[in-house]
Amino acid sequence: MSEQLLIKGGRLVDPASGTDAVLDVAIREGKIAALGAHPDGFVPDRVIDAQGLVVAPGFVDLAARFREPGFEHKATIQSESLAASAAGITTVCIPPDGVPITDTPAVAQLIQEIGHEIGKVRLCPIGALTRGLKGKDLSEMRSLKDAGCRSVSNAYSPVQSSLILRRSMEYAASHDLLVVFRPEDEDLADGGCAHEGIVATRMGLRGIPYAAETVAVAKVLALIEQTGARVHFSLISSARAMRSIARAQEKGFQVTADTAAHYLHLTESDIEGFDAQCHVSPPFRTLEDRDAMRQGVVDGVISAICSDHQPHEADAKLDAFPSTEPGISALETLLPLSLQLVNEGAMDLMTALRALTVSPARVMGLDAGTLSIGAPADVAIFDPLASWALGPDTWRSQGRNTPYWGQTLQGRIRYTLLGGQCVFERREN
Amino acid sequence: MSLTDNLQVDAKGRLRHFLTVEGLPREQLVSIMDTADSFASVSEQAVKKVPILRGKTVVNLFFETSTRTRTTFELAAKRLSADVLNLNIATSATTKGESLLDTIRNIEAMQVDMFVVRHADSGAPHFIARHVAPHISVINAGDGRHAHPTQAMLDVYTIRKHKGRFEGLVVAIVGDILHSRVARSEIQALRILGAGEIRVVGPRTLLPPDAESLGVKVFVDLEQGLKDVDVVIMLRLQRERMNGAFIPSEHEYFAKFGLTEERLKVAKPDAIIMHPGPINRGIEIESKVADGPRSVILQQVTAGISIRMAVMSMVMSHETGGQRDV
Repeated sequence: MSEQLLIKGGRLVDPASGTDAVLDVAIREGKIAALGAHPDGFVPDRVIDAQGLVVAPGFVDLAARFREPGFEHKATIQSESLAASAAGITTVCIPPDGVPITDTPAVAQLIQEIGHEIGKVRLCPIGALTRGLKGKDLSEMRSLKDAGCRSVSNAYSPVQSSLILRRSMEYAASHDLLVVFRPEDEDLADGGCAHEGIVATRMGLRGIPYAAETVAVAKVLALIEQTGARVHFSLISSARAMRSIARAQEKGFQVTADTAAHYLHLTESDIEGFDAQCHVSPPFRTLEDRDAMRQGVVDGVISAICSDHQPHEADAKLDAFPSTEPGISALETLLPLSLQLVNEGAMDLMTALRALTVSPARVMGLDAGTLSIGAPADVAIFDPLASWALGPDTWRSQGRNTPYWGQTLQGRIRYTLLGGQCVFERREN
Repeated sequence: MSLTDNLQVDAKGRLRHFLTVEGLPREQLVSIMDTADSFASVSEQAVKKVPILRGKTVVNLFFETSTRTRTTFELAAKRLSADVLNLNIATSATTKGESLLDTIRNIEAMQVDMFVVRHADSGAPHFIARHVAPHISVINAGDGRHAHPTQAMLDVYTIRKHKGRFEGLVVAIVGDILHSRVARSEIQALRILGAGEIRVVGPRTLLPPDAESLGVKVFVDLEQGLKDVDVVIMLRLQRERMNGAFIPSEHEYFAKFGLTEERLKVAKPDAIIMHPGPINRGIEIESKVADGPRSVILQQVTAGISIRMAVMSMVMSHETGGQRDV
């Protein structure tokens, strides 16, 4: 039961403490017992040889859809838990837009219980901000909190009424719940499917302007000032919205932001040829936006890089571009794409790993994302140099909808530990 | 550069599908026009048929209603001796929930040779071209706001007939550019053929953002936009866009952007007037101009048949490509 485990000879990178050194990690009773020198009387049951590997806290993913309950034809908690643990992800926040919607304690508990039974990854359901995500009545946030939700969100359904928005933020604040917004003004987005810019104009695709994001951000920022709510913006896609958030942070507002790893790589040009695998919401914007957001991660304005994992069945992408479902299956590209930022010189390894570990954990108020002594032993051990081709033999998610399919990426998980238990071990290579 | 380019030409650079004019070389467009010239005489004969597509089956696959385009495609196919099947999918399969791919697979199973596709979604013909059996050719008859390449070809063909050249020509496209697949394809065709200056004219609400990136000059004033032009292409204003959301009223639109004899005075004296049809008399164009001596609107319709015959005959002579890509 309480296996004693030693991770030996790896390069320990723990952004929470700023540690970057070759240090052994001793694990006892599911927690980090010691770093470097072994504690007295520590006799490991198992030694993991981590020479040449990076030992980091398990990744904390602020947005991934496992599609269960409700969309099991796309994926299940079982299938995606296996994919997540193979990707070094140990904590996953699940948006509330399954069927049924996470607006009752029962659904929140169900998700956690199934996750717990599978035992590969910790699942943190995000509760609905409004009942049925309809933007009309407040959800039972206090009950959701008691059932394990640390945050509430209306996910892809924007709250159109400014009054309901204000009240829901006030009510969340009174229960100290974080409110997660995916900022998009539905009117201004106008059913678009691509960034309103030169590519969409040439391809005749209905565009989503910057203003769809900036107007939504501005409205929420004004209401933070009014209500004192703690807010996290999920999936920022533009430099403009990011700068608004940076100004609010400078003013001392309790506001944070994330983006998904693929937004730090892909741009509007990637939809050329009507590539439905690059149909995402919000849309990929310009190279300038992408580069500004990379810098935003370095500066800490964007504190977390999430996967925004959205697995789909093949049919969801087999249609004319505007009629396909947006989203990318992205758990398994989270680490490689983050490491690619390091390889391209956009940031150092410590910064990239911070955005995958301690920063998202702090956003969500989780006891995770660090390898400090006494912390839960959630650990990702990876080979930063190992290359692998994305294909049917290597892919684990039920959703194969990724623009990177068939490509070779660098950075591969070798072991994943959850509470001191080895939940993933790569035997090949 | 994009999937588009490889998709519509075979290894020898011959047209395999006709999805967009974008990315095609100038010679290809000239060749379409030259071929259309050779077919023009067929329509003037007593027996208006040539056997080029005898034994071939052409399916007009219209997910959006159309009279003119469908009719001219049908006539073009028949004059090439093909068998023609007209399917108006807008009122059949997809409303019952059949996916686009299933619709295509089913019709493909009927051993047909060519799809002429109109669809409300930009990119639908590309999607179909990517998934059909290798021997089937796809012709785009208008997709969303993206492209309407045969319309663009018949327009440049009509311009060539009247002006004999493209170099130095000033062409103004007036009206609802934002929603217009015709405008996008015309702009691309005119650029490839080396037109001197391409202008788009309309209120900001009907111009695409970053319109300049298409390689055009933008005018929000009709008088300025028409100054010294050789060709005026008027676009149809869809009824649902007339009142409220994009322009305040038909009345105000005609007052600011309607083409009248008076306004045309600033254009070159030999300027020609074009319109892809159907026209809204008294909204985007006054009858005096539409029926006047400079109007070539009906010649465009006639040219549409020759151009479509040309494109259909050309795509059916390609070498069938590689494996079906699923």
